[in-house]
Amino acid sequence: MSFPLLTATAALPAVGAIVTAAVPAARRTAAKWLALLFSVATLALAVVVAVRFDPDGDRYQLTESRSWIADFGVRYELGVDGIGVALIALTALLIPFIILAGWHDADPLETKSSRWRPTQGFFALILAVEAMVIISFEATDVFLFYIFFEAMLIPMYFLIGGFGDRAHAGSDEKASAQRSYAAVKFLLYNLAGGLIMLAAVIGLYVVAGNFSLQEIAEARANGSLDMATNTERWLFLGFFFAFAVKAPLWPLHTWLPNAMGEATAPVAVLITAVVDKVGTFAMLRFCLGLFPEASKWATPAILVLALISIIYGALLAVGQRDIKRLVAYASISHFGFIILGIFAMTSQGQSGATLYMVNHGISTAALMLVAGFLISRRGSRLIADYGGVQKVAPVLAGTFLIGGLATLSLPGLAPFVSEFLVLAGTFARYPAVGIIATFGIVLAALYTLVLYQRTMTGPVKPEVASMPDLKVRELAVVAPLIALLIVLGVYPKPVTDLVNPAVEHTMSDVQKKDPKPEVEAAK
Amino acid sequence: MSATAVHSLWTTAADPIDKIDAPKIEYGQLAPTLIVIGAAVLGVLIEAFVPRKFRYYAQLFVSVVALAAAFAAVVALAAGDYGTTKARIAAMGAIAVDGPALFLQGTILLTGLVAIFTFAERRLDPVAHGNRVDSFVAQAGAVPGSAGEQAATKAGFTTTEVFPLALFAIGGMLVFPAANDLLTLFIALEVFSLPLYLLCALARRKRLMSQEAAVKYFLLGAFASAFTLFGIALIYGYAGSVSYGTVAKVVDGTITSVDPALAGTMGNDALLLIGAAMIVMGLLFKVGAVPFHMWTPDVYQGAPTPVTGFMAAATKVAAFGALLRLLYVVLPGLRWDWRPVMIGVAVVTMLGGAIVAITQTDIKRLLAYSSIAHAGFILAGVIATTEEGISSVLFYLAAYSFVTIGAFAVVTLVRDAGGEATHLSKWAGLGRRSPLVAAVFAVFLLAFAGIPLTSGFSGKFAVFKAAADGGAGALVVVGVISSAIAAFFYIRVIVLMFFSEPKADGPTVAVPSPLTMTAIGVGVAVTLVLGVAPQYFLDLAGQAGVFVR
Repeated sequence: MSFPLLTATAALPAVGAIVTAAVPAARRTAAKWLALLFSVATLALAVVVAVRFDPDGDRYQLTESRSWIADFGVRYELGVDGIGVALIALTALLIPFIILAGWHDADPLETKSSRWRPTQGFFALILAVEAMVIISFEATDVFLFYIFFEAMLIPMYFLIGGFGDRAHAGSDEKASAQRSYAAVKFLLYNLAGGLIMLAAVIGLYVVAGNFSLQEIAEARANGSLDMATNTERWLFLGFFFAFAVKAPLWPLHTWLPNAMGEATAPVAVLITAVVDKVGTFAMLRFCLGLFPEASKWATPAILVLALISIIYGALLAVGQRDIKRLVAYASISHFGFIILGIFAMTSQGQSGATLYMVNHGISTAALMLVAGFLISRRGSRLIADYGGVQKVAPVLAGTFLIGGLATLSLPGLAPFVSEFLVLAGTFARYPAVGIIATFGIVLAALYTLVLYQRTMTGPVKPEVASMPDLKVRELAVVAPLIALLIVLGVYPKPVTDLVNPAVEHTMSDVQKKDPKPEVEAAK
Repeated sequence: MSATAVHSLWTTAADPIDKIDAPKIEYGQLAPTLIVIGAAVLGVLIEAFVPRKFRYYAQLFVSVVALAAAFAAVVALAAGDYGTTKARIAAMGAIAVDGPALFLQGTILLTGLVAIFTFAERRLDPVAHGNRVDSFVAQAGAVPGSAGEQAATKAGFTTTEVFPLALFAIGGMLVFPAANDLLTLFIALEVFSLPLYLLCALARRKRLMSQEAAVKYFLLGAFASAFTLFGIALIYGYAGSVSYGTVAKVVDGTITSVDPALAGTMGNDALLLIGAAMIVMGLLFKVGAVPFHMWTPDVYQGAPTPVTGFMAAATKVAAFGALLRLLYVVLPGLRWDWRPVMIGVAVVTMLGGAIVAITQTDIKRLLAYSSIAHAGFILAGVIATTEEGISSVLFYLAAYSFVTIGAFAVVTLVRDAGGEATHLSKWAGLGRRSPLVAAVFAVFLLAFAGIPLTSGFSGKFAVFKAAADGGAGALVVVGVISSAIAAFFYIRVIVLMFFSEPKADGPTVAVPSPLTMTAIGVGVAVTLVLGVAPQYFLDLAGQAGVFVR
């Protein structure tokens, strides 16, 4: 039997989590380095996965299949398509930067020795989330996916609730109350979504008798499985609800600004750039793959919700006074674009959406992590507390600007390519929707540039006058991300080549062909 | 579908019982029960004849050995295929030896064994007058706060009677799910209930509350027993027999001959319906299903915590076993009548338990309401009326009982000057002071909430799947909604433990002896194993999913 590469990729960070958690209380620094080491090793494995993956080969590759819980019809089945490979690579890429950026976030405030080991816990939890995210990108068994989709909430919840932003305006007690509110809200929203999905998962079992994506697809193809229209729609809604909470889609989005606002910047990146991607990924793989008819049935409603997300998220971002909440609302707007691309049901739209997931991950990471560095220097999240930073800390301001420009999809930076693809793909089928969505870009320019203008330009506020510029560790986090943004903005071909064949498969799942370009007859 | 065919759906025919002249008792097949009851009697003799200072050790030794031996006997019977192909009815038709009975007896014995460990814990309470003491009162007869009580404490008395009492209760519980006629059912009910009423009254601290709990439990329990007994009488009037097999045949119409002595009542459906409803009511009382749940929070709160854990786990297992057998063996012909009612009970139990739990401020009451909600989930498996339903319930019970015992064992560790600190506000910041204890309790809470990779999820999935397969999809939807509600209060406790600042006068976590550590360790291990790799145990429950008739 060949080496179980996919299992190894998911298991390595899990092992890392256990090892990191076991480091004695006094050896904090060792725990940090161990965590970084494991995350880099995972990245190496992810690269191996990407190299071994043949974009033009079978739909699912590097597959593994073992019996697990036969009574539930559950198998331990893994396999990746191009979309999965791209997102695993994104996850494995971002985690080392997240760990590096959060290097001092979990240092204990009091130095007295105790059995409470926040630092070890912080990095162990990050690695645990990474393991669960990676395995959900790999699972081709619905039940297996569900288990990790739900289980990842627990470490995530402790990351949000247990390790808040040191730099919080107001008293400690208030901060801790707000933080646990955010963590509970995060958990309850996602748990409720997950439990609704559980009902649908059980329903799927009753209908199909097993959970294997491939077997269900085969059974559908040869006609042995025929879902009643209504059943399919209910099951679709059950799945979609969970993914829409996770993604998050308006009106199920309200947990995200709280969670991102209260969490430390690296954890906020973990939420929006990594964990939330599981939601959009699952829409592509499970909603479209398992319930093609119902997906088409629900498309109009979902497009409207996505449009609302785009515009509403952007409008609220314009109105934010808190830097992190601003980025959170911007993300809601961007998730609207991703979902729009998925449900536009064109190959351009879906490739764009997948590319968007990757690019949004990188650009948000860049913007949010720099914002985190900024906030940790001044000790405030409020935009109004800043001004003229570019004169004091030009490198910080410059990287912040690039992250912001990526967020508003400036041509030449990676998000532009994906946003363009999504809009073009949407326009091909739903011109009106495409046009309205375009306003999201205009608003994006507004909130990003206003944010930059208020914080970085203008007279230097006395409180920021002595602000130090980015340190080496911080530069090591930001520079590679910015380099990636530029490279993928100029040359996105490696990712699109990876993603396109997988998108073709999804398109054939829903039996949609791209609309032929029509030229209106000359009048 | 003929009546017999319906009946054979989820039962298997036993070998016919030959005409027996002299009473014939299959001692081998009844060994688990006989060992436990015998040890209980031995325990009483120990109380009478062994010097006071040796009693604790003698009792602990006898109890542990007896429970282990009885469990070995269950395993031997199961290995001898008594659970599957050789399933039979023993003791002249009184007791069934079949898959569900053996599975549940095994579960009860293991939870009983773990519970005995928590009973025997003597390191948690501060040393009183130079004597190590357990959670039980020095002298049950002494009036709380009286001079007699002080004298008894000073003399170092301990209530070692708890061990034989627990053994008697376990003995009754072993018979309860295996009872194959209504009278045995009733006797088993009383045999395990009466010791439990007593055990509830024996708390060392907060004695008045403990006694109040015992009185409430006793009065309501006696009331429920009376219902059961009346129901049995009515069923006898209807069927002319108390044997499960015969009643079942009369219910589904296989036997039509009328006993001349009962000519006036036999075959009267009103008697059947009322009688069946009353028996089921008595059983629902024991499982703590809404609307028969009122005793649960008070009793769980007042009883000594080790007893609460034992009661919450083992009683539920035994009572659900009896309920399953009654519904599947005696009343399958009536299932179109009882199913809608049980669906209603399951819905209000799930929702009621989950919603009321939100407002609780005492950890023991919280767990009590959580146990009510869990009873609702298990009922979802019961109403599936398939073989899968039986095995899913068996699996759920096994999974649930170990989580429960473990959770209550953790509750005994968190203490302040007044004994156990059960008020939730006192648990604030526990995760900072004792990360390990808080983490273990969090694992139990997550299992209660049914988070994947814990036994709670496997169990929940099994019963919901069985219910959906059995055509009760709506029940599954209610189930997931109440799970979502229930998640809220489990999470609230976790928030409290990990994200709140510890209070200055907060409780301390006592370091227990290996006894309690074993109980908690077993709980965690079972929770994780059944969550990650449940296949072996699902197989076991699946094989055990057929009742003998």
